[in-house]
Amino acid sequence: MSTLIEQHTAVPAGTWQADTVHSSVGFEVGYLGISTFSGEFKGFEASLTDGELTGKAPVAGIEVKDENLYAHLQSPEFFDAERNPELSFSGTATGPGAFEGEITIKGVTKPATLAGTITGPVTDAYGNERYALRLETVIDRSEFGIEWNAPLPGGGFALSNNVKLKAELTLVKAA
Amino acid sequence: MRILAISGSLRRGSHNTMLLRAAGELLPPEYELVFWDGLRDVPPYDEDVDAGEAPASVTVLREAIWEADAVLIATPEYNSSIPGALKNALDWASRPIATNVFRNKPVAVIGSSAGMFGAVWAQAELRKVLAAMGARVAEVEVAVGHANEKFDDEGRISDDDVRAQLADAISTLLAELEPARVAA
Repeated sequence: MSTLIEQHTAVPAGTWQADTVHSSVGFEVGYLGISTFSGEFKGFEASLTDGELTGKAPVAGIEVKDENLYAHLQSPEFFDAERNPELSFSGTATGPGAFEGEITIKGVTKPATLAGTITGPVTDAYGNERYALRLETVIDRSEFGIEWNAPLPGGGFALSNNVKLKAELTLVKAA
Repeated sequence: MRILAISGSLRRGSHNTMLLRAAGELLPPEYELVFWDGLRDVPPYDEDVDAGEAPASVTVLREAIWEADAVLIATPEYNSSIPGALKNALDWASRPIATNVFRNKPVAVIGSSAGMFGAVWAQAELRKVLAAMGARVAEVEVAVGHANEKFDDEGRISDDDVRAQLADAISTLLAELEPARVAA
């Protein structure tokens, strides 16, 4: 027997917090023109209140698989964590799984549209009502002052300017 | 506040060292320019040696950078690039890479040469190296070409344009010490 999850056409009213243990926020960026490099933002917070989505993540919480790469990402050449310790988004629902708002990275704020799906509600094992929100957007990192690159011997560059930001949030109704 | 001066030249009559001395005279009174003069004593970088206790000359350099609020480097240009001794010293300073003393350190690169271009290529490469090390590289432009015509017999700047460029560079570097002002 399968379980049918109701597909809502609108975001729910009230205040919903991301259950960060069962949620993730990350990035994907083209690497060497042939593959995708990805990482996660640990320590993020997100909430949805009557259609207003807000989220933030500490730059120090970026997780990659090498400590030297981590240090490089924290440095002025990338996110400049010392001066700009946080990334953030705030926006308003414009449809099911669609938000218009602003994203701030490295102290630069730009308009952004997040698109995806909202699924639910479902009642979890403890009797809490939950929704799932999957969102993506693509930004041009150079517009946020993150311009590092390295030329490749055969032409082109190591790292794409377009970066996909992804959030997979499990939202639980605030008590 | 302390600005560490590093000259990439070992030559006694170095124009780059003169340029740094001139920078010291242009600093506001609350800043002091401290010279690191250990370039000659830094051994060639060797990862085997780096695995153990750092050579004393390297420890002196790392501590000097750590204790400085900002670093001002004046470089000559050898074969269109950074002088080997200077690059070698920076390679030592950059270790261990994730926690090296240059991380977030405001740094300005200036330079002079006997030729007409004022060490612009060496400066560009030096900025790239410092950024890769995690330094906060200030956007300054002081490229003193025909350096033997720009200083007097006492080693002071005799060219008003050079003096103005240097003053601009210093003020840009010092602005990097005030994050709130830069962010505003």
